[in-house]
Amino acid sequence: MLELTTTRHNELIDPFFHAWGWEIPVYLFLGGLVAGMMIISGYFLFSGRYKETDCSCYYLPRLSFIFLSLGMLALFLDLEHKQYVWRLYTTFRVTSPMSWGSWILILVYPVLIANMLLRLPETTKQKIPLLKKISDKMNSSHNLIRNIGVINMFLGAMLGMYTGILLSSLGARPLWSTSILWLLFLMSGLSGAAAFVHLIAKNVYERELLAKADNGFLIIELFVIMLMIIGLVVSTQVHKEAAMLLLSGRYAAVFWVFVIFIGILIPLLLQLLAVNHKIHHTPLAPILVITGGIILRFVIVYAGEYSHWFIVK
Amino acid sequence: MARYAMVIDTTKCVGCQDCVIACETENNVPEGYCRDWITTATSGKFPTVQLEIRSERCNHCSEPPCVTSCPTGASHIHDVGGVVLVNHDECIGCKACLASCPYDARFIHPDGYADKCTFCIHRVEKGEDPACVSVCPTHCMHFGDLDDPESEVSKLLKERKYHTNLPEAGTGPNIYYLI
Ligand code: SF4
Ligand code: SF4
Repeated sequence: MLELTTTRHNELIDPFFHAWGWEIPVYLFLGGLVAGMMIISGYFLFSGRYKETDCSCYYLPRLSFIFLSLGMLALFLDLEHKQYVWRLYTTFRVTSPMSWGSWILILVYPVLIANMLLRLPETTKQKIPLLKKISDKMNSSHNLIRNIGVINMFLGAMLGMYTGILLSSLGARPLWSTSILWLLFLMSGLSGAAAFVHLIAKNVYERELLAKADNGFLIIELFVIMLMIIGLVVSTQVHKEAAMLLLSGRYAAVFWVFVIFIGILIPLLLQLLAVNHKIHHTPLAPILVITGGIILRFVIVYAGEYSHWFIVK
Repeated sequence: MARYAMVIDTTKCVGCQDCVIACETENNVPEGYCRDWITTATSGKFPTVQLEIRSERCNHCSEPPCVTSCPTGASHIHDVGGVVLVNHDECIGCKACLASCPYDARFIHPDGYADKCTFCIHRVEKGEDPACVSVCPTHCMHFGDLDDPESEVSKLLKERKYHTNLPEAGTGPNIYYLI
């Protein structure tokens, strides 16, 4: 038996580490959602679906732009020394995932703007003829559009992976030190984005396609969660204890009820019935997927912060 | 090149917290926070239990994850002695370094930057001991250069048994506890 007591009483650190509040899970969720939306709209551009006038690849970039900006606002709100935020962009630290992330975000914006330029609102075209000219020029090249699609998919994948790598690089928190977290967040981002597009798409074909794709993403996500937990359980004692936080400990109720059942299993069942024409498509399934995606980020961030090497009593 | 380290004799430490107060005074540590603290570890099975009292702080790790995770370079390894420091006006307060430290040795100063023990580098560069070492009434704390085989810390580690905290975390801690 080992019992540790400490006289340390630092804010955000004791009695257990809780330096990141709601802002980081929200940032990670929105980052993942935008990543998924970029991959989906990139795929539609690449595959030629952009020729359909109601293709979601025309409004997804605008929504991505808004969600990403909200995510960055959440990140900014979390900073404790806000007046120095510009320091992120005076250096690139190759060993720091946060540095990679801030530069990836900077690259994502011009790509989203390029995507937005493909289909400008009529009022914008009339007010700013230069933008209309650029848009017309872009639309005249099929290859250029396909390339924008490829870059969207590539950067979307980078962004989605980064949201997981950011946490898994922090080996001091046993729950996060699993190399599969990037895949979990990428899959969750893709399934959240597919659910979101399913919810708002005007085109029936897209709705059907994304419901089917979402089922695939949800199954992979479930599998990745299983692998992550197995990996932790067969590792060291501290990693095992970290996994137990989700399986039977402090965060188990939220994890099982909201992440696994409400966020994955129930919508998966509803969507499987819908794509097999047993029931009508219902907005409930995508809403549950999105809710599960948000709660997943909260659970992983909070339980990860709680997991530790020392057992301090 | 020097490699500064601290060697603490747990058989002499009584947990009086002089080191904690000395650090707070020397470094203007804001009220309610601490850069060093006392940990009491009780191990074994009753009635054969063992008690170890330790003065703990940042381990000035040789492979510091707080430095590699910092996105701005504010957390860095000082040119002298491998001491891990934070440049306050480069720190954005993102808390990645706090999250990456397995010892939870850092905190956010009320002014917004990440803060922690500096090994009192401002004193060490003048040839003095860190404040905590200089006040210990039982003389259980020793500070010096491990690269110098003649230094007191090198000799103590040659002569005595010791352990470090969480060597399994792989950060290469430089606070040694004599047992
Ligand atoms: S103890 Fe923590 S803060 Fe200090 S150098 Fe090691 S990792 Fe960094
Ligand atoms: S809080 Fe400051 S020192 Fe710590 S990682 Fe962020 S920028 Fe670097």
